[in-house]
Amino acid sequence: MSDFTISRRGVLAGSALLLASTALPGILRAQEAKKGGRLIVAADSEPRNLNPAIVASNGVFFVASKVVEPLAEASFEGKDGLDPRLATSWEGSSDGLTVTFKLRENVTWHDGKPFTSADVAFSALQIWKPLQNLGRVVFKDLEAVDTPDEHTAVFRFAKPTPFQLIRNALPALTSVVPKHIFEKGEIADNPANTALIGTGPFKFAEHKPGEYYRLERNDKYWGEGEPHLDEIVYRVLPDRAAAAGALEAEEIHLAAFSAVPLADLERISKVPGIEVISKGYEALTYQLVVEINHRRKELADVKVRQAIAHAIDKDFVVKTIFLGYAKAATGPVPQNDPQFYTKDVPTYAFDVAKANALLDEAGYKRGSDGTRFALKLLPAPYFNETKQFGDYLRQALAEIGINAELVNNDAAGHQKAVYTDHTFDLAVAPPVFRGDPAISTTILVQSGIPDGVPFSNQGGYANADLDALIAKASETLDPEARIALYRDFQKKVAEDLPLINVAEWGFITVARNTVKNVSNNPRWAVSNWADTVLET
Amino acid sequence: MRRAFILLRRRLIGSIPVLLIVVIGTFLLLEAAPGDAVDAYIGTTGGDAGLIESLRQSWGLDQSAGTRLAAYLWSLAHLDLGYSVTFSRPIRDVIFERLPNTLLLMGSATALSFGLGSALGIVAGARPGSFRDRFLSIGSLALYAVPGFWLGLVLTVIFSVQLRWFPSSGIETIASGKTGFARTLDIAQHLALPVAALGVIYLALYLRIMRAGMAEVWRMDFVLAARAKGLSRRRIVLRHVARNALLPLVTMLGLQSAAMLGGSVVIESVFSVPGLGRLAQEAVSSRDTPLLLGIILVCAVMVIVINLVVDIFYAVLDPRVGASEEAA
Repeated sequence: MSDFTISRRGVLAGSALLLASTALPGILRAQEAKKGGRLIVAADSEPRNLNPAIVASNGVFFVASKVVEPLAEASFEGKDGLDPRLATSWEGSSDGLTVTFKLRENVTWHDGKPFTSADVAFSALQIWKPLQNLGRVVFKDLEAVDTPDEHTAVFRFAKPTPFQLIRNALPALTSVVPKHIFEKGEIADNPANTALIGTGPFKFAEHKPGEYYRLERNDKYWGEGEPHLDEIVYRVLPDRAAAAGALEAEEIHLAAFSAVPLADLERISKVPGIEVISKGYEALTYQLVVEINHRRKELADVKVRQAIAHAIDKDFVVKTIFLGYAKAATGPVPQNDPQFYTKDVPTYAFDVAKANALLDEAGYKRGSDGTRFALKLLPAPYFNETKQFGDYLRQALAEIGINAELVNNDAAGHQKAVYTDHTFDLAVAPPVFRGDPAISTTILVQSGIPDGVPFSNQGGYANADLDALIAKASETLDPEARIALYRDFQKKVAEDLPLINVAEWGFITVARNTVKNVSNNPRWAVSNWADTVLET
Repeated sequence: MRRAFILLRRRLIGSIPVLLIVVIGTFLLLEAAPGDAVDAYIGTTGGDAGLIESLRQSWGLDQSAGTRLAAYLWSLAHLDLGYSVTFSRPIRDVIFERLPNTLLLMGSATALSFGLGSALGIVAGARPGSFRDRFLSIGSLALYAVPGFWLGLVLTVIFSVQLRWFPSSGIETIASGKTGFARTLDIAQHLALPVAALGVIYLALYLRIMRAGMAEVWRMDFVLAARAKGLSRRRIVLRHVARNALLPLVTMLGLQSAAMLGGSVVIESVFSVPGLGRLAQEAVSSRDTPLLLGIILVCAVMVIVINLVVDIFYAVLDPRVGASEEAA
């Protein structure tokens, strides 16, 4: 590498191209650096609030998870799929009213103050429960957190709360922030929401808006010999083609969350020194879902919904839209979930004749122009794949005599049209399965959710049986019984089709092969990267 | 000088209603777009009804459009651009941190397209209808027809990925700690490709105008006279023909400054340059009305100032401009 540069440098200096003569300094710096070096990764967004205790979303975690740690992290090998972080053990009482955490000792915040149970109590009661997008649901019955000593925190719930749910929520919902920083003034206005202070392997160094985030090694990290890297730099690259180019030009080492578009993967996988990795997103599974507005009389008929399900060729979607980087879905829980998934549900094979027959049976005969009825289809704009699936669905519906009009909005417009105004008949959504159906999955079919809540049942669907099942599961303490209830839930959803699950996918990481220990846990991109190594 | 001053005064007074129309128009347009800042934000994070309610309240979006517009105009009257909810920072800081990047990009690109465009225009216009003329005219039109983002990507693939002469994106090397001349060089290197992509596209305009103007001037009597005097062809082309064809180019320069701002939206995204164009795009998609208004205001002021400078320059070049006002 350095030989190449020196010779090139000589050539260019000689050719009076003064501008080009100092090319590539950034890359060289990263490779020459001693002990660990600087890892440069692509970032596509700059969240306004970077505090993971308040905003539990992947865009925030991608940067913040290296600075602020949760009580436990997801793991391929660990017991119950967890590895300890700030908590070393956790135990739920048999009545479901308390959960006791033993906390890690000799941990300090980046500003030097010791980490104690008071920080956990403060984070839980003042932030996760009242302010966090997901915590407001999961911790709604959290009443108090007792701190008998500096390294024990006892969560007390007003109503029995399944320990299994709390455990599954640990990686995403329990980022701990320092009490002594956040207790002063309004939490929402605290500067530490962007200039993070945590206990993680990396310290927040700087953010240059529109350019980069820079994290620095935390020399006092509790993990022995960790972290390996000196620095992590997130380069803001809003254009997707730019990420692929920057990887090939060796200006960045890694692009996560499918920052390199699927269509480019085959080409880039052949570039020497670049690896395409599809592991490491198992606990962040996205689901491709057709949302249905049950206020439409045609769609309120289960036969029509079944007909639509039969009209969708899931294998085609997986092969053509996701280029194989996805799986056909069977129901509302993804197949890669180790606890809750059941394949024992009604399925809808691709069968246009059957779909047509079902529509005839439901009383929607084809008119003289061959169409039965028309509807509005709103694909979510967040991913290329949701938009492409919208195009596909329109064609698939035309096959069975349903004339779908595509309405494309940007993110704000889509949110308003579908989740607030309900001006849709069908919508394409990408909800996330977060390790437990109670976190963000049952809300997709449950009734009685106020208008405006994104990624929730805004289609006017109400099924008393299903609501009762969800309510029962939310207070069932025995893990086996709870799993059985959620298996029943999957069966009922697949039977009645309040929405249609089409496919489920994880993201793709593209990295230079000098980056080691990539994708070694099921939430790798949003985990702390303490063991990540950059070979020089 | 007096003519220039009168022009200045008239323009400054005239620009206030223009700015007001721009502000109110943009506000109404964004108001008509579906969804507000909370919709845009909550779509990326999720959240329950209570959270949405409290966000709307703290971002002031629970008030009517009229109230918000009045409040904005009131703070504007105090020269305060307001506060951006998507960046959680004062808008003035957000904009002025990125303005230099855009000005640098735009200025260099304009200089490139104006300089190279008019030079090639002179080459083409020296012999209208010749092979050189045809080649340059068709070539520049072909470039003009190329979409900016595509040209940007092609330049990246060739000069960053394959040849590795220039960095593929950014405004300078990340956290390099460079200062002074080394930093200037570093920025110049990063800007080379985006400036080329932006400048080459607009080159055609200047080339065509220069060439058309020259073709017309060739037919003038004074050119014949110059020829009869026995002046060298080179002298006729440069001193007599090209110089007289230069005026419309200056007008174009003023008009193009606005178009360049539009073009930089795309180029800034492709090359990840943290500039105003990209900021404007982010402001629209996050429905950050005050931020977008601030950007548009700054751009409008820039366009007005550039056109004013062009007009003053024009008045200096051509004694007929502004003469009637002086008489009145």
